[in-house]
Amino acid sequence: MKSILPVLTVISAILLFWVVCVPPMNMHLVADQAQRDDLVVTPDTPAARQEFSGAGLALRNAHLIPLTYTFVRPRLPSPHQVAGEMYRTIIGQKITSKRSLVYHGWVTLAPTLLGFLIGTSLGILLAVGIVYSRVMDKSVMPWAIVSQTIPILALAPMIIVVLGSMGIQGLFPKSIIAAYLSFFPVVVGMVKGLRSPDAMQLDLLRTYNASKSQGFWALRLPASAPYLFASLKIGISASLVGTIVAELPTGAKAGFGARMLVGDQYGQPLVSWAALFAAALTAAALVGLFSVIERITLKRMGMAAT
Amino acid sequence: MIILYAIAIWAAGWWLNVKLAKGAQSDHPIVKILIPAIFGITVILVWELLVRGFDVNPVILPAPSSIGARLLVEGPRLWADFHQTIIKGAMTGYVIGGIAAFGVAVLADRSDFLTRGILPVGGFMAALPIVGTAPIFVKWLGSDWESKAAVVAVMVFFPILVNTVAGLKDTSAMQRDLMRTYGAGYWPTLFKLRLPAAMPFIFNGLKIATTLALIGAIVAEFFGSPTVGMGFRISTSFGQLALDMVWAEIVVAALAGSAFYGAMTLIEKRMTFWHPSQR
Repeated sequence: MKSILPVLTVISAILLFWVVCVPPMNMHLVADQAQRDDLVVTPDTPAARQEFSGAGLALRNAHLIPLTYTFVRPRLPSPHQVAGEMYRTIIGQKITSKRSLVYHGWVTLAPTLLGFLIGTSLGILLAVGIVYSRVMDKSVMPWAIVSQTIPILALAPMIIVVLGSMGIQGLFPKSIIAAYLSFFPVVVGMVKGLRSPDAMQLDLLRTYNASKSQGFWALRLPASAPYLFASLKIGISASLVGTIVAELPTGAKAGFGARMLVGDQYGQPLVSWAALFAAALTAAALVGLFSVIERITLKRMGMAAT
Repeated sequence: MIILYAIAIWAAGWWLNVKLAKGAQSDHPIVKILIPAIFGITVILVWELLVRGFDVNPVILPAPSSIGARLLVEGPRLWADFHQTIIKGAMTGYVIGGIAAFGVAVLADRSDFLTRGILPVGGFMAALPIVGTAPIFVKWLGSDWESKAAVVAVMVFFPILVNTVAGLKDTSAMQRDLMRTYGAGYWPTLFKLRLPAAMPFIFNGLKIATTLALIGAIVAEFFGSPTVGMGFRISTSFGQLALDMVWAEIVVAALAGSAFYGAMTLIEKRMTFWHPSQR
């Protein structure tokens, strides 16, 4: 609770930095527009204005600075413009409308969740295999670790296209990427978690003459819960990033990624920025959701970290 | 027939690994490398045989041998792409982002108030889809490597920032008291105690950032690039249905990613040799 004030301070510092950046970034465009609207601009030719930096031009034309905050097609929109656009597209539209960000959000969220579910389940299964089979541990685990250093996300759009050419379309191709991205963090985290009981705890179970499966359900699985939640939080945000990147350059018609690209290509920067922030909010909500589940579960299991 | 070979090879590889893993020598360093290597070779052989056996269309999945051929034939072009994307784009951005994050962390560290604000906000920002800003940066800075470096710098900034700030806090009251009894001021304490203590954390952030840097540089090229670069080559080779070239770039990206990560791990080992996790 006591960190609310510092957090708000940091956020307002970032916002302030953003607001300060708006006039220099947009000044050239605004000055051109102002000249067309017969306002006084110094210097008065576009060529002469190119000689100045954005900040220099803003200082010379202080009377134009308010205009930079309300410019229609800004290079850098101001915070209130983005907020307004988000309000219009999230609350102001029917959620079935193609202009509603809620609709696009669902298009992105559905494959993310499906893929996350697949990736997490497979990841847990592989982790159990690795913990109980020495051969799998020795042969698969090094590759699971190496695969984390490979920029596989860069291939997401290509995987979509290949699957599309094989006739697989819709939800599934994006889910595969989301599944892949959440898979390895879960494997690595769960292997760590399932191995976290120390020798004394394992010995205790042996003195109870517990079977292997009893040891798994009563000791290893519960002990891995904190590790599982840490991996789930990494996995869900990786899945969301994967789905968005998969939508970006593949000509997808709906979804956050598609909105970002449409705004970029048709000169509607506000659309891109609104999609970007909506995606950020979605990621935050998903990670936050898992944090809450984590806190409740660990508390009920008596493992809460104070 | 070929499929039977594939099954036989898979069984043989697995049998060999079972023997090695259960054998007396299984903790020997060479065997530790040998087992995953055998697994990898088995997968590649089975892949090759299955692609040939089922006559898989190379547009869907090329055989490893044709990818290998591409790697050999297209060496100069792959090198040019590597230079453009990794050296110019990813490395520049990585260094800029790293230095900026480090600077901000050291400055913020002077105030406990700021630290408490930066940790949650930075952790939150690190989980966001920052790659999505790539089209915006390409628009601002043009399609050459500068825009890629900017995307990479923003992507690596937050993980390194959060880890550095957390690391600088990781000294015990007793250690700080000891420095005070020596009469050490802020700077000596920073350089002799707190920075060394923060090293394991900083390297953790740097290692997370290596993969992010490559992803950022490659993905940003999908939105505009000169006619060279790994992202450019991946997307154009796709247009030409030259999937073996795409896979060759993937191999290069994978090697670059592992090498980058490996290099960071090596530097970490040299610099934090005193830390329990390295001994």
